[in-house]
Amino acid sequence: MKATLQNSSRPRLSVWRRAALPLAAVGVLTLSACGSSDPLNGDSSGGGDGTVTVGSADFPESQIIAELYAGVLRDAGIEASTEPGIGAREAYIGAVEDGSIDLVPDYSGNLLLYVDPESDAASGEEILDALPDALPDGLTVLEASEAENKDAMVVTRQTADEYSLTSIADMAEVCDQLVIAGPPEFQERAYGLPGLESKYGCTPQSFEPINDGGGSLTVDALTRGDVDVANIFTTTPAIKQQDLVVLEDPENNFIAQQVLPLAAEDRLPDGAADALNEFSSKLTTRDLIELNQSVSGDGSVNPQQAARDWLEANGYTDA
Amino acid sequence: MNLLSGMWQWLTDPTNWSGSGAIPARALEHMAYSGIVMVVAIVVAVPLGMLVGHTGRGSGAVIGVAGALRALPTLGLLTLFSLLMGLGLVPPLLALVILAVPPILTATYAGVAEVSPAVRDAAKAQGMTPTQVLTRVEVPLALPVAMGGIRNAALQVIATATVAAYINLGGLGRYLIDGLAVRDYSRMLGSVLLVAVLALATDAVLAALQRAVTSPGLRTTAH
Repeated sequence: MKATLQNSSRPRLSVWRRAALPLAAVGVLTLSACGSSDPLNGDSSGGGDGTVTVGSADFPESQIIAELYAGVLRDAGIEASTEPGIGAREAYIGAVEDGSIDLVPDYSGNLLLYVDPESDAASGEEILDALPDALPDGLTVLEASEAENKDAMVVTRQTADEYSLTSIADMAEVCDQLVIAGPPEFQERAYGLPGLESKYGCTPQSFEPINDGGGSLTVDALTRGDVDVANIFTTTPAIKQQDLVVLEDPENNFIAQQVLPLAAEDRLPDGAADALNEFSSKLTTRDLIELNQSVSGDGSVNPQQAARDWLEANGYTDA
Repeated sequence: MNLLSGMWQWLTDPTNWSGSGAIPARALEHMAYSGIVMVVAIVVAVPLGMLVGHTGRGSGAVIGVAGALRALPTLGLLTLFSLLMGLGLVPPLLALVILAVPPILTATYAGVAEVSPAVRDAAKAQGMTPTQVLTRVEVPLALPVAMGGIRNAALQVIATATVAAYINLGGLGRYLIDGLAVRDYSRMLGSVLLVAVLALATDAVLAALQRAVTSPGLRTTAH
């Protein structure tokens, strides 16, 4: 809470210092009053008084996007604070439902599979069409950005040129000459080797399991030439740093995972949805790569600072 | 109970017992990694331990370094070596050698260093050269202790060789890592049981070997 308060108020510290104490006192009284009357009352987060609490999952990218959402709302004149690192999807969806947060960034494909495990929607459009009906009452999604963080088949620029690869369909033609690396589950999951086989007819020369979740061991194996293709996430900074090529996936073997805000239906103040939709129309996968890069490795900054820098560079004020 | 019966199903499924990724092949890989590691570790640690134990020089440094090596996490070393050298057999084997050297080194050193000075003096008084003192007196007397270090190292190496599957190698760790990746806990438990059986069987063989190499004179006093 302390970090959030400092973060949201830093640019106008002196004004806020004076106002903060009485406000906080009122806030506590209000909250405790709500709490004692009905602990399950969804209004206790203060959606009614125009303050939006943005939650996030417990990994850096989600925290960055949550900070971006909060910054965008503040830019639109809406009070917003963040509640980072809530946990896995079970936890943060529960937090939206019980009113402890009003808004959380999520990924379209995994969100749909969470609320409807039977869904076979795979393309970005199919998923976005299916989501509103699949979501439980009280939850809604705003417009999705084109920014995606999903599994992908990635090759070096050299390999792409050598075999003229732009998509997994191209890769399938030379599949028997290629060695694929990925996490161990890639051997067995539907989107893994079974999916490449059934959707593209691609059976690689061999598969090398590397158990680091598409991290630096996997990236190194690819750039060093130990393997030809690697299963890594589309927002991995190495894609930009090492000039890697993300192969297109025309058959939607890897279902779309567009970043979008999951929100409590009735608790967003006027103008919040418009501001967030406008922001989502600007956010790209490239932005996510750069933001992830800025919070990892040498000279890294925290998610709040990364978000603030991005907002400043993209014409938002009062982040 | 579900987990145990699942493990039993996995262990008794005939498809898990034949083929290239099956249990016998994985167990062989596991023993091959462990065997190579133990040979390298013994070649490095036993002569060094003997030298330091015999001369008494540098014992502080050797014991200190061995202690420090023990503190290094094998998985961390594996990741580091893989980042430095790429995929392959060398990074996990090197990480495991670093795990195996300290117990062998310290046990060999202790075995040789603890030979009674009176026995050493007696050997010298009989006209033995320093080399003869080492090979005919100190080494036979140190062997049971050194073998204890080797048994200790073998147990640790067999249990830890599962990390080879963290990167693209085989061994019984493959089931552990792959099982975790798809939340197949029965498979994980089965592989853990197999590793434990392998480690205990190896230890039994080494215990017999330890008895066999113990000088008859020491064997009677030990009783």
